[in-house]
Amino acid sequence: MAKPAGEINAGSMADIAFLLLIFFLVTTTMDVETGIQRRLPPMPDENQKQEVEQINKRNIMVVLINQSDRLFAGGQEMHITMLKDKVKEFIVNPADLPDLPEKRERNIEDFGPIMVSRAVVSLQNDRGTSYDAYIQVQNELVKAFNEVRDEFGMQHFGKKYNSLDEDQQRIVREAVPMNLSEREPREVGTRRRRR
Amino acid sequence: MAKFKSSSSKELKPLNTASLPDIVFMLLFFFMISVSFRQTETVVTVKLPEATEIAKLDRKDLASYINIGTPLTTYQSQYGTDARIQLNDAFSNIDDIRDFIAASRESMSEADRPFMTVALKVDENVRMGIVTDVKQELRRCSALRIMYSTRRKAEKTYF
Repeated sequence: MAKPAGEINAGSMADIAFLLLIFFLVTTTMDVETGIQRRLPPMPDENQKQEVEQINKRNIMVVLINQSDRLFAGGQEMHITMLKDKVKEFIVNPADLPDLPEKRERNIEDFGPIMVSRAVVSLQNDRGTSYDAYIQVQNELVKAFNEVRDEFGMQHFGKKYNSLDEDQQRIVREAVPMNLSEREPREVGTRRRRR
Repeated sequence: MAKFKSSSSKELKPLNTASLPDIVFMLLFFFMISVSFRQTETVVTVKLPEATEIAKLDRKDLASYINIGTPLTTYQSQYGTDARIQLNDAFSNIDDIRDFIAASRESMSEADRPFMTVALKVDENVRMGIVTDVKQELRRCSALRIMYSTRRKAEKTYF
């Protein structure tokens, strides 16, 4: 007859588990990746003849950041804190002023016809602009569009853009399109050696 | 004082630690599931700029990272202090991006490829010239979904 097996000493089990735990804590990251998501425009086809879409001058707002991080928007120099309101006013054009963007009626599915602004914000920067300034400006521009979308959502659905359901979000997106273009960088006498 | 001494327990029993491993394993599994491994060793210093209008990257596995910043002090004797591009583990230049994007595409499943996002982790003091070059190269590779990695800005009150 075999002796009844004694209990296995599990006292060091905790130590082993702690060791593993600490290993994982050290070797891994938990930070969520956050950032401003954008879509780049596709590269224009060289063979294809480029059709330059004529944009009416009143529909375009040029935002410039120069190499010393100074900001010009809509033809005047301004501080970054003023940019958002300026852009919002430009997109919405509440008083239908003749020098701010025109609106065109558009029929949105499941919603009906609505006047959609044809505003385009064109961002242009210098090679010497600091990345921080560029991101701050991008941030303000995105914020301006987001706030207009929120206001549209509040007005028509009683909710902010983020709390709307997917279909409503699509409607808001179509009603307030984010036309944020970045000007093709100018080739200033440098580079592009392609093998 | 002796009054309070109970007569029944002559000796304190050792604390039962049999469930301790279970608790620790539970913690361990939680961490194993909720975290991702550090993919690469950074060779450039990157201090991300701050922004408020940020979105979370939903699928980390579909992201490839391009770091741009000044080389770490240990590499500065070799590479200087100018901003450099880091792909995977090594210093690279603009022309390497094409291969890098191709390799990242290759490692993804067919269905996921259109959703590949390139996260640009750029130091806030870097000049836009190099960032513009990278963006142009990404456009040439048709990697159009990009994300400017930023930190969340603490709400500031202006007064």
